[in-house]
Amino acid sequence: MKRYVFIRILSIIPLWLGISILAFVLSNFAPGDPATVIAHRLFDAPPSEEQIAAIRREYHLDDPLPVRYARWLALAVQGDLGISFRTKEPVLKELTTHFPATLQIAFLALIIALIIALPLGVLSAVRHRSWLDHTARVGALIGASLPSYWLGYLLILLFAVALGWLPVAGCESATGAILPSITLSIGMAATLTRLTRSSLLEILGEDFIRTARAKGLAERVVICRHALKGALIPVLTMTGIAFGHLLGGAVIVEGIFAWQGIGFLLVNSIYDRDYPMIQGFVLFMGLIFTLLSLVVDLLYLWLDPRIRFAKERYTGL
Amino acid sequence: MNINPEILESGEMSQSTKLTAGLDMERRGTIFRRLMRDRAALFGFIIVLIFVTLAVLAPLIAPHNPAAQHLNERLVSPNLTFPLGTDHLGRCQLSRLLFGAQISLGSAIIASLMALGIGVCVGVLTGYFGGWVDTILMRIVDLILAFPLLVLALAITGIIGISMISVLIGIVSVWWASYARIVRSLVLSVRERPFIEAARATGASPFKIITRHVLPNVITPVIVLATLEMGNLILAVAGLSFLNLGVQSPTPEWGAMLNEGRLFLRRAPQLMIYPGLMISLTVLGFNLLGDGLRDALDPRQR
Repeated sequence: MKRYVFIRILSIIPLWLGISILAFVLSNFAPGDPATVIAHRLFDAPPSEEQIAAIRREYHLDDPLPVRYARWLALAVQGDLGISFRTKEPVLKELTTHFPATLQIAFLALIIALIIALPLGVLSAVRHRSWLDHTARVGALIGASLPSYWLGYLLILLFAVALGWLPVAGCESATGAILPSITLSIGMAATLTRLTRSSLLEILGEDFIRTARAKGLAERVVICRHALKGALIPVLTMTGIAFGHLLGGAVIVEGIFAWQGIGFLLVNSIYDRDYPMIQGFVLFMGLIFTLLSLVVDLLYLWLDPRIRFAKERYTGL
Repeated sequence: MNINPEILESGEMSQSTKLTAGLDMERRGTIFRRLMRDRAALFGFIIVLIFVTLAVLAPLIAPHNPAAQHLNERLVSPNLTFPLGTDHLGRCQLSRLLFGAQISLGSAIIASLMALGIGVCVGVLTGYFGGWVDTILMRIVDLILAFPLLVLALAITGIIGISMISVLIGIVSVWWASYARIVRSLVLSVRERPFIEAARATGASPFKIITRHVLPNVITPVIVLATLEMGNLILAVAGLSFLNLGVQSPTPEWGAMLNEGRLFLRRAPQLMIYPGLMISLTVLGFNLLGDGLRDALDPRQR
């Protein structure tokens, strides 16, 4: 058991190395000669040949790719991801200043999604094939089909323009987080509703539930004490993965509301061909996402002993 | 955001085992009949059929050239000449929506076919042969799936530059990985079955076993998978175009139209509403159809 946890934690190291290679190689796909591109971004006037040559020497752009990667990685490990072309600030500083805003709406969205999904999913399973179940199924399918970049504007139209209840955009007030969070939460709520339903349905079909019912326990007790415990495990782990996806989904949603998170930062960096920033973003997002799935995996292991034994057998421990 | 790949992997009770439940070829007739009895799936199928027809017939039924500007009739409301009104440059909204279907649907279908092609090849190769090729390719798959798919596609598109081609490259170079992983697990489960062993015993070459025995037995679940992912691909293509990374004006595309329409949110909200409605309906159609297909394959989980 301990050994499995240890191996699982160590397994993140090759993945992180892979992510760093991906981030590094990606920026080499940028069109144009890198030295010229950098020179153009550093000097306001068109750069001279000598200036370009100087940049090429300064950035060691003539070195072979693996050497440049090693040099870049050595700096990245120390937190030096280069300087943003656009803002002339260190990339890491930009990422860390914008990240809390993204974290805020992703967290709010997760809470909203759970508040919608848990009761709806449980009711759908308990009242299997009732009108409520069918309505929830259709609702979840529609929810999963709405593009966030459309839903966002519909919400603006409704709450900000027609009703005038909420501010349209910006981080100034706390209420500004509400519309982006709702926009972000709908797709997730749809997924989690269906997962809660199918997971609970599966458990309700098992022998120990029949036993519990045969003992004459009230249906409420059977559901709450016996079934929900097992049914919520996949939902809980899914919630962890969902959170990572919400961070990703925020990339599009933030632009709609001018919410100053890392998604807004990424999209503006793309418009401005700010390659160091894009590269830094890929690295940052990859690290966060893999860390999240590590936590989810370990949580799963701790919650569900069946998995624990299966994995121990599987790894031959 | 949608998160199908991960659900397929872990969430909804290990998709690959569910999908293999419907593997046997002789059961396909039953599957089709079951599908046709599912009203929701039939509804999805009809939606998809309507949109594909509209896209194909766009040049015939569109009342105007989608790029033609009628500068005297900007932002007009629906009338006889312009059934859905015009946009800020006086272009016929209906014609743009119809021609937009060609690009939005067309590029999603191209992306789907390309990603499927790569995914199935990699999945079959790694699942059937195993070995170091399997190890290396699966590490690459793990690496790609370590990101939210859309975000990585967005970053790749952003780096190679703004055009519909780079949107497709961005999406395909990420999406194949989720297909590859699922196809691999399907192939793994087929590989151990007696008829493969029998074929091997008769001295059939690996190529023949793969094309004659393995592929026909994974094709049904792969079609379900492709249908289920179609909705996400449409959302991704339109999403990247919405961010202005794909087609450029005056080419009509739903995501790009939504992006142009948002500037007139107060004066002419319909410019933003219609393209969004088109995207949502098409995606819903594919989701209903894919859902029905999956249920038809595995009726236990209704």
